[in-house]
Amino acid sequence: MGMATETQFHVLAVDDSLIDRKLIEKLLKTSSYQVTTVDSGTKALEFLGLHEDDQSNPNTSSVFPNNHQEVEVNLIITDYCMPGMTGYDLLRKIKESSSLRNIPVVIMSSENVPSRINRCLEEGAEEFFLKPVRLSDVNRLKPHIMKTKLKDHVIISTDQKQENEEEDDDDESGKPVLQSQEEHQQRQQQQHQQQQQQHHHQHSNSNKRKAMEEGLSPDRTRPRYNGVTTVV
Amino acid sequence: MDKNRLQRQLDMKRSLIDQGYLDEQFIQLEELQDEDSPNFVEDMVTMFYNNSARLLENIEQALVTGPIDFPKLDDYMHQFKGSSSSIGATRVKNECTRFLEHCTAGNAEGCVRTFLRVKQEHAILRTKLETYFQLARQAGSSASGGAKAR
Repeated sequence: MGMATETQFHVLAVDDSLIDRKLIEKLLKTSSYQVTTVDSGTKALEFLGLHEDDQSNPNTSSVFPNNHQEVEVNLIITDYCMPGMTGYDLLRKIKESSSLRNIPVVIMSSENVPSRINRCLEEGAEEFFLKPVRLSDVNRLKPHIMKTKLKDHVIISTDQKQENEEEDDDDESGKPVLQSQEEHQQRQQQQHQQQQQQHHHQHSNSNKRKAMEEGLSPDRTRPRYNGVTTVV
Repeated sequence: MDKNRLQRQLDMKRSLIDQGYLDEQFIQLEELQDEDSPNFVEDMVTMFYNNSARLLENIEQALVTGPIDFPKLDDYMHQFKGSSSSIGATRVKNECTRFLEHCTAGNAEGCVRTFLRVKQEHAILRTKLETYFQLARQAGSSASGGAKAR
């Protein structure tokens, strides 16, 4: 894996089906994510520190601002069909929340309904996975997480980066380790940023297309991952 | 690891797939099995059967307690179908699809008929999987060893 062994990304998975929760948890852990699973949208919002009636109150959301939580959530993956609050309802609440809207959200569903998929993507979902979810789907999550992280880093570290460039070329000189790691990541990924964005657009479109085809489109016969997918 | 027993396990798996009892999703589950969860597949299947017993009871109750609540039946069966799909139980899943068609059409007789087939496939698969996991244990395949080979 890369340099970020001390920073595991944390995914919150939401599904009312026990079996599907176990499955998505295993898929995510196998891909080296830290995982929290909950069985409802309501519990998801509680975990995220957002209470339904407090949503419009900025003071409450700032009590649990994401980047100061001990456990930060880097991505939310949720089932669409759930009793009470659907995955779509949850998605909307997240996107309406000033503290949560930047967290990428992915929707899962066992049904291939184009209008449903479109609605979710338009509401801001990054991807729409058809169930049963596979390792190849989970492998698509990273870019969405990195895109958000990169955006945060660009905002926070731009000034610092300019300062640092006036210093010595020696990377080790007096910089906190974390900062130089972030910077290193930043340099690596700035090149990818453009590509990722384009790729993302293509991805959303092609994902839409794939999902709209019959269940057994070529995408369904996926290459097998014979244990090499993740190496920790 | 006993090579003959391993072969028996693999042959049975091949056969279950060829006959349409199981599909690619079951293979995916096996590929997820590792040192951290050495019994992942069997655990998932056990969970499925524990869960589905309740769902099937609910469906049966809803079918015999008239008048039939088709939306509720639809809901139960969708849940059941979803779980079947998640463990790769193809035949069970397909019977669920047929049931759902009758449900949507409000065809009570069709629902009853297809429900019996769902129950039947569900039971048949359980027996076959019990045998399969027994073979896997005998082959020493509870860790990834045997499961990964095709």
